Amino acid sequence: MATATLPHTHPLPERNPGTPFDPGALEGALVNKSAIERRAATLPTRRTVKKEWQAAWLLHAIQTIDLTTLSGDDTPGAVQRLCAKARQPVRPELLRDLGIPHLRLTTGAVCVYHEMVPVAVEALEGSGIPVAAVSTGFPAGLTPHRLKLQEIEASVAAGAREIDIVISRRHVLTGNWKALYQEVRDFREACGPAHMKSILAVGELGTLKNVYKASMVCMQAGSDFIKTSTGKEAVNATLQNSLVMVRAIRAFYEQTGYKVGFKPAGGIRTSKQALDWLILMKEELGHEWMQPHLFRIGASALLNDIERQLEHFAYGRYASMQYQPLG
Amino acid sequence: MTLTELMETLPYGPAPEAAQPALDWIKTHKGRFQLFIGGRWRSPASQEWFTTLNPANNQPLAEVAQANATDVDEAVKAARKAFASWRQTKGHVRARYLYALARQLQKHARLFAVLETLDNGKPIRETRDIDIPLVARHFYYHAGWAQLMESELAGYGPVGVVGQIIPWNFPLLMLAWKIAPALAMGNTVVLKPAEFTPLTALLFAEICQQIGLPLGVVNIVTGDGTTGAALVEHPGVDKIAFTGSTEVGRLIRKATAGSGKKLSLELGGKSPFVVFEDADLDSAVEGVVDAIWFNQGQVCCAGSRLLVQEGIAEKMYAKLRARMEKLRVGDPLDKAVDIGAIVAPVQLQKIQRLVQKGVEEGARLWQPSWAVPAEGCFYPPTLFTEVAPSSTIAQEEIFGPVLAALTFRTPEEAVRLANNTRYGLAASIWSEDINLALDVATQIKAGTIWINSTNLFDAASGFGGYRESGFGREGGKEGLWEYLKKTARAPKAKAVAGKTRAAQPVADVPPIDRTAKLFIGGKQVRPDSGYSKVVYDPEGHPIGEVGLGNRKDIRNAVEAARGAFEGWRKTTGHNKAQILYFLAENLSERAEEFARRIAQQTRQDGTAEVEAALEALFTAAAWADKYEGMVHNTPIRNVTLAVPEPIGVMGLLCPDDQPLLALARLAATALAMGNTLVVVPSPLAPLTATDFYQVLETSDIPAGIFNIVTGERDELAQTLAEHDDVDALWYAGPQAGWALVEKASAGNMKRTWTLPASGPLPDLDEILRQATQFKNIWVPYGA
Repeated sequence: MATATLPHTHPLPERNPGTPFDPGALEGALVNKSAIERRAATLPTRRTVKKEWQAAWLLHAIQTIDLTTLSGDDTPGAVQRLCAKARQPVRPELLRDLGIPHLRLTTGAVCVYHEMVPVAVEALEGSGIPVAAVSTGFPAGLTPHRLKLQEIEASVAAGAREIDIVISRRHVLTGNWKALYQEVRDFREACGPAHMKSILAVGELGTLKNVYKASMVCMQAGSDFIKTSTGKEAVNATLQNSLVMVRAIRAFYEQTGYKVGFKPAGGIRTSKQALDWLILMKEELGHEWMQPHLFRIGASALLNDIERQLEHFAYGRYASMQYQPLG
Repeated sequence: MTLTELMETLPYGPAPEAAQPALDWIKTHKGRFQLFIGGRWRSPASQEWFTTLNPANNQPLAEVAQANATDVDEAVKAARKAFASWRQTKGHVRARYLYALARQLQKHARLFAVLETLDNGKPIRETRDIDIPLVARHFYYHAGWAQLMESELAGYGPVGVVGQIIPWNFPLLMLAWKIAPALAMGNTVVLKPAEFTPLTALLFAEICQQIGLPLGVVNIVTGDGTTGAALVEHPGVDKIAFTGSTEVGRLIRKATAGSGKKLSLELGGKSPFVVFEDADLDSAVEGVVDAIWFNQGQVCCAGSRLLVQEGIAEKMYAKLRARMEKLRVGDPLDKAVDIGAIVAPVQLQKIQRLVQKGVEEGARLWQPSWAVPAEGCFYPPTLFTEVAPSSTIAQEEIFGPVLAALTFRTPEEAVRLANNTRYGLAASIWSEDINLALDVATQIKAGTIWINSTNLFDAASGFGGYRESGFGREGGKEGLWEYLKKTARAPKAKAVAGKTRAAQPVADVPPIDRTAKLFIGGKQVRPDSGYSKVVYDPEGHPIGEVGLGNRKDIRNAVEAARGAFEGWRKTTGHNKAQILYFLAENLSERAEEFARRIAQQTRQDGTAEVEAALEALFTAAAWADKYEGMVHNTPIRNVTLAVPEPIGVMGLLCPDDQPLLALARLAATALAMGNTLVVVPSPLAPLTATDFYQVLETSDIPAGIFNIVTGERDELAQTLAEHDDVDALWYAGPQAGWALVEKASAGNMKRTWTLPASGPLPDLDEILRQATQFKNIWVPYGA
């Protein structure tokens, strides 16, 4: 399996094969928004990590980052730089000063558009870092279904080991869950061995109940991960919508025994935010779901902030961005 | 552990908040605190001190003065002296002081939070994020009421010197709930903090000094129960406000009986947490965390009884157990701790004892796999399932992190179980069906109902109990009445002239003998005793006889009133009004007869009184569909509905004057608000009431809502006051009787209202308030 070379030490769970479409599981979509907000608001105030514990969590967080560039002005040069950063996310002398010079540390993946997949695959060769490709008419998902499947197949053929698909929001907004199931099912087949992350674009789904239902349907259709956002919507990952999604993951696991991963993306820029999401995972789903095979953060600027915090921990003084190598 | 090892397991690690600033503050008082009286620190007359401990490690924090009766007397004198000018201080100026207190509290918020955690053992997250922000909010909110008092509360003034006794579970928050409204309304206070947790009150005293609050407006006397008792008994105190156990509340009710002191009590609870099958269960689980594992479960309104619909019970329990595994118990100063220390060893022992009892009584105990710290007062979160409603842990307030779970089948059964308690402080209802949630909210007897939420507090919302959870409200406009008394009466219709018009017997034909009976459950019944007593006119001539009612008649009347209550409560305001108008209509038909009877018994102008009574009945009818609640402006996305509800079964001992007007004004208004009544007419003029039941019988008055028992006033009053199924008692009579009913009311903590035997009847706004109690229903919303 493709992810077998990911930098982690945990035995991998069986991949979610999906289930038949089960509208009954959607009836459990009883999501109370105010209560969700209260829980989301108090998660970061009930838990915190400090000092070396924080440093360990941040080093761990690096391993969960899908280091991402998804811009119209991406070039092979920019992608190569990003891949170099993914291979070496923290300066060697900082790792040395943290007392972990031999730690083999990389990001969880590099995430790019299809056209950049070959460049990234080449740049990451031998590193074990998978390339993820956003697909299926990302970000709006309004290209023809046939072309979406071809796009997935092309990315897989080009060496992408992970495919981040976007769902058709209209199926959610019109309650056409069967259509959503079939769409994602088709995507999953097209992915073949590549792992599929289903982007819900939660900011465009209207309600938290819809977020829950869409999560369920995507998991039934065989998603390996469910992901909050493309990063291009007006509202992206928040602790509220993430809480709803991880609770759906828990319910799906309880119903089927399959572990589906979670990827928040969009707007996660600071170490504090990364810690908040890790806390969310630890509290709601437990330790295993903090690992890169079940948890990724889609981000670009986050890594530099984590480096700064690590530097502060190592040297006891506040750091400047100019000391952090660019990606 | 090395970084790589930590990366493997990703534990939380310690995250302590520094204790030093608070310890340094204690040092500025050399570790020993005096009493704060008249704006100055002074040594206690006894020269005795007690130690306050940090329950997380049992280490002493400071020595605190033990105030005795002499000190309390000094404090009350200081408060009395300050009252003279404080009451005259303009509302705007008082608002500035309250605003300054709020600002100071915010500026020193972390010091207060750390000090509170040290003294009480509650987690720093709670003191930092909940207690202290609510304290500041309380002072801001009441600064506003001080500002608005002159315009919005015209005709009312302060009560005077208020003695306030607060518990250890929310030391500074309870101080704020007591002091802010008292000061806003122009009262001065003597406050006694709990013995276990006096320190933040003493820091608050310093802040009073810093802002230049006039000397003596706030006095803090520390000490044990004897200090509180001295305050309760002090004759110079005009009102006692108490928060604490029902047991102590009962003692205070007895001690103040007949003293004329105003009293508000916020007491214990065994609040239900009701989860329906259509609830968001994951959120309901978090709700339980906030309900029973907030403040170690040491919360008067803790959702300590989990009522789960049977079909989802096992699922809910499984989720709960998984959640409990993740709770963290330990050093309260650790920012990542959910449950801190129990306040004191004695409290810990009580929890252990009750848990043991639960096991013995056959309930199934579950606790997380991890152990709590061995040192300090810690107790793990605990879940009991298979709990019988009759078991001790389902009935008694444990005041610890212990949840007792029961199941129900239908909404109706959920309500029945929820109400199967002596208490009525709060309830939490979880369902995504707003129809179901609101229906249940109106039926649960409790002062605060949280829908899909729990333990939400705000200064704008009234908080307080039904039943043995006490009376009076704190917060909201409804909370202000506790600190107000009427200074100007509403203008009266012109006084009733003392004309005499006796009955005119028809010559030569003997009148047909009339038998006045009791009126119970819509029927005329003979008194159980089989005795009658003669009624005399003011000159001493016999004018008739009434039945001599006794305990059993009262029992029957209360039973009838209880049976009729739910139906009458649910009758629409419109229909209640229709019935009361019809009553007036039928009374006016017989106006002359009633006028003659009044004149015969009282020698007053009966015609004028009948007219006044007709008007009073119209007024009561008018209010039946117009006495409305409020929507409080609490600072979250929600509606907080403040709903006036009937109190329940009421006893009414009528005044001697104006027998018909008293019925029309007092009884009919109480009826209009949805109460059902047991009326004891004045012994001087009972025949008006026994004539009145004939009017009741012709006016569609539902059987049982209006019962009349004639007899000896104080004997019947005693029975009513002691009766556990009577929810409120209005007693007009001699002052000796006030003490009697107030003392006897302590049994079920019923609300009492004592009135003079004669003289003008109270104003309608007071009657309406006394006939209702506020329920605050919090309904958060969001798509």
